[in-house]
Amino acid sequence: MIHLLIVGVLVVVATLGLGLLLTQTGILPAQASQQAITIDWLFDIHFWFIAFFVALICVIIVYSLIVFRRKQGEKGDGVYMHGNQRLEIIWTIVPIGIVLWMAVIGGQTLSDVERRDPQAITVDVFASQWSWRFQYEVTTAEGVQTAVASDVLVLPRNQQALLRLHSQDVIHSFYVPEFRVKQDILPGGEKYVRELRITPNTNGTYTVQCAEICGQGHYSMLAEVQVVDGAEFTSWLTEQAADCNLSDAECGLRWAETFGCLGCHSLDGTAKIGPTWLGLFGHAVELTDGSTVTADHNYLLTSIVDPNAQIVAGYQPNVMPQNFDELLSEEQINQIVAFIESLGN
Amino acid sequence: MRFFSTSFFRGLIAQAAGTVLGMGLVMALRVIFGLPLSSPVEADDAHIREVIVVGGVIVGAITFMIGAGVFTDWFKWARGEETSDDHTPDPSKPNWMRYFSVDFDHKVIGVQYGVTSLLLLLFGGIFAMLFRIELSGSGITFLNSEIFKVLLGYDGPHLYNTLMSLHGIVMIAGILLGVGAMSNYLVPMLIGANDMAFPRLNAFAFWINVPGAAILLSSLFFGGFDTGWVGYPPLSLRAPLGMQMFLIGVYLVGLSSIAGSINVIVTTLTMRAKGMSMFKMPIFCWAALATALLQFTATQLIGLSFQLVMLERLLGMTFFDSLKGGDPVLYQHLFWFYSHPAVYVFILPGLGVISELLPVFSRKPLYGTRWVALSSFGIAVVSFFVWAHHMFVSGMSPFLRIPFMYSTLLVAVPTGVKFFSWAATLWQGKIIFKTPMLFALGAVVIFLLGGVTGPPLATIATDLHLHDTWFVVGHFHDTMFGGFIFPFVAAIFYWFPKMTGRMYNEKQGKIQFWLMFIGFMLMSNLQLVLGLLGMRRRVVDFDAALGFDSMQLALTIGGFMVFFGMLLFAYNIIRSWTKGEVAEGNVWDSRSPEWQKPNPMPLHNYEHPFEVVGEPYDYGLPNSRYVNMNPAGESPAAH
Repeated sequence: MIHLLIVGVLVVVATLGLGLLLTQTGILPAQASQQAITIDWLFDIHFWFIAFFVALICVIIVYSLIVFRRKQGEKGDGVYMHGNQRLEIIWTIVPIGIVLWMAVIGGQTLSDVERRDPQAITVDVFASQWSWRFQYEVTTAEGVQTAVASDVLVLPRNQQALLRLHSQDVIHSFYVPEFRVKQDILPGGEKYVRELRITPNTNGTYTVQCAEICGQGHYSMLAEVQVVDGAEFTSWLTEQAADCNLSDAECGLRWAETFGCLGCHSLDGTAKIGPTWLGLFGHAVELTDGSTVTADHNYLLTSIVDPNAQIVAGYQPNVMPQNFDELLSEEQINQIVAFIESLGN
Repeated sequence: MRFFSTSFFRGLIAQAAGTVLGMGLVMALRVIFGLPLSSPVEADDAHIREVIVVGGVIVGAITFMIGAGVFTDWFKWARGEETSDDHTPDPSKPNWMRYFSVDFDHKVIGVQYGVTSLLLLLFGGIFAMLFRIELSGSGITFLNSEIFKVLLGYDGPHLYNTLMSLHGIVMIAGILLGVGAMSNYLVPMLIGANDMAFPRLNAFAFWINVPGAAILLSSLFFGGFDTGWVGYPPLSLRAPLGMQMFLIGVYLVGLSSIAGSINVIVTTLTMRAKGMSMFKMPIFCWAALATALLQFTATQLIGLSFQLVMLERLLGMTFFDSLKGGDPVLYQHLFWFYSHPAVYVFILPGLGVISELLPVFSRKPLYGTRWVALSSFGIAVVSFFVWAHHMFVSGMSPFLRIPFMYSTLLVAVPTGVKFFSWAATLWQGKIIFKTPMLFALGAVVIFLLGGVTGPPLATIATDLHLHDTWFVVGHFHDTMFGGFIFPFVAAIFYWFPKMTGRMYNEKQGKIQFWLMFIGFMLMSNLQLVLGLLGMRRRVVDFDAALGFDSMQLALTIGGFMVFFGMLLFAYNIIRSWTKGEVAEGNVWDSRSPEWQKPNPMPLHNYEHPFEVVGEPYDYGLPNSRYVNMNPAGESPAAH
């Protein structure tokens, strides 16, 4: 009986120690959304259960190993006790009760996390190997509906954002640790568009990560998220909605950022998943079939709209998306070509 | 050189010849049907090459089996010839040759499984160490080394993805073979049978793994693959040719699971010794039976899903590519319908070993034997209804997630019964710290971590954060090390005298235990913490600004401790096999029938069937025994 008493005290002490360690030492990232608050509440419940069960089993085992070990020169067997039906029933029924309760609160937190706000702003998220693009619907001052694309996800604070997730090739997953939620992104058009609701509550800069392995560039499939005040968000959106009134090459840079070109093509001469754009225009390029072509205007244009036509030696086919002629207007493509030309020398 | 006349060597030669033959066959068929053998368009050319190579590889696997002689008896039967049922080995050949040849003795097959398993675990471990070196700091450095480009034709992120994917699947193949090793070696011996019910099927089930493993590993040289071990389409439809080697290799290993499980089920149900009712059967056999039922009923689904991906790649049939009208989520359902129960296939035999060893080394009955036995079945049954918890963020029907949350949390109940029973078994025992016991105790603690990290993944809201992070990696490694690696090592040490007639080196065993236990704790707890902090899995690089560098370095050190521990294990068993101290009699003072026989176990186990006269684990009950080895009458010397 004295053994049970000591073990009982040790279990309580160990539970408190472990529980405080898990809940108070910041092993979860910063909270930056309403959803994170709800989810972390459930995490804390889990942490206390983990602390209790680890303490219970480990204390009994470690105590037994010390107190009930076979001493030097000792012979014979342990105490003969082969089981206790009542005890077995208790440690079956009680856990059933606990897990059912867990499941009930699990369901409740889930419905909190996914609660719909009819006022939510909609952002279309386009994921492709290996870049992100975020598209907003805006009405301009002239009352024209237009779409604004960005490579940065800007969200207003304290307003629910409804992200509609589109993939253009394979499965990706939208994940911002500070928001605590993620959702896989499926290819295949409207039927496969999935939704994710986030209510950011802290201004700051975060990172969207792709959380589902999507090929060799998976590790670098990142994008910036900015949570800003509502007013700042509105003015940012208005600014984006204005036509690109810069030079062709400067507009080209903007589209190259927005549509993820720079995820694979560097501007500083380093070889990434695709060839660099620095010093490309006007120079000779060796292809996989051994021939050599000059990177002129037509070559650049073809490489964007039909990327498999000419593969540069040392690079893989089927890596670049083949639908840029659908995603971009003719003007935008020409501006990107103008931008690459400007990097020629 | 006798080695050249072994089944192993002849099989490999036949496989190489068969592969060439098969490729020629596909090319001939293409010519007959007027299809081109090459194409100026690179993508089409790659596809034609893939069709030809895959055809060759499949034929090669079949010719391996013919060349090794696995089908010989069946061919004879088909021709109406008689074959001998006597499997006594040819005395003119040295004993080691049996292990490289088709042999029908369950103990030989068990050792074959075990050694192949350890080799695969070694390969999986090497892959892990390679990418652990890369991950010990931010930035991509090691895997960009020139040597990889020269050896394999690729490096950097794709090499990381390939190594990470192969680590997963090669370990899984190794674990499946380890499970086969334990079931084959132990089940007939523990229930008093002289062999498995179908010895030829048993040999088939082992040997199909050899071409399977060879093909799986060859994927490294066919461009690798970058999908992780799950192989989700559409990514797996675009991956290099190495993807096909992965699919075919796993397919063959899966065939082994199905064939092997039939044997275990029939053997445990029909060949038990006199007096051995189900509840007097040793607990390991309960676990093996539950495992075999899972393998027998679930493995078909992974075979099916992989076959569909193969057909989609080879013949352009659209099953999963949603851009062409397929459904990518369907694959995940098929895949996890096997791959979740598969996890219990990996752990149940290990949990059986723990339950088997704790009573012997605590000198006490296994607490609540029936409950422990039935909890294996409880886990097995529930495991069929939880697969979609791998898909909480996959985009499947949102409402379906709720019932899967309930069923998943229920797994905790039978698992809890095991923990409580183990703890109660140790209570007031007379605990002896031999190496097998240390590994069994280590397994309990590690598996406990795997158990308690399950519920946060089961409740959907918290899984939204944890899914596809290192937390899942940590949870999975906890279950695999606690449920398989540690118990497997414990089992090999424990039954080592039975296999070889010699003792392992106790001191090296204890050093290995502490190396692995401390290294693993470091590794898996850091994995869990990194996941909670939001580090996603399957990435070759991470932002230095996240501040994960020092943790990743420590994780690498932990990983290497585990790796070196396993190398020490290999050294210990290889050396002790021939040089160990001779171990005679009932080394562990066990009640189990196999320890009442000499070491190593005689060729046909029990010439005289024994009779079960008591409970298997009644340590501490005076004047009781489990088996009467000579039921025909007490030995004449007693009179």
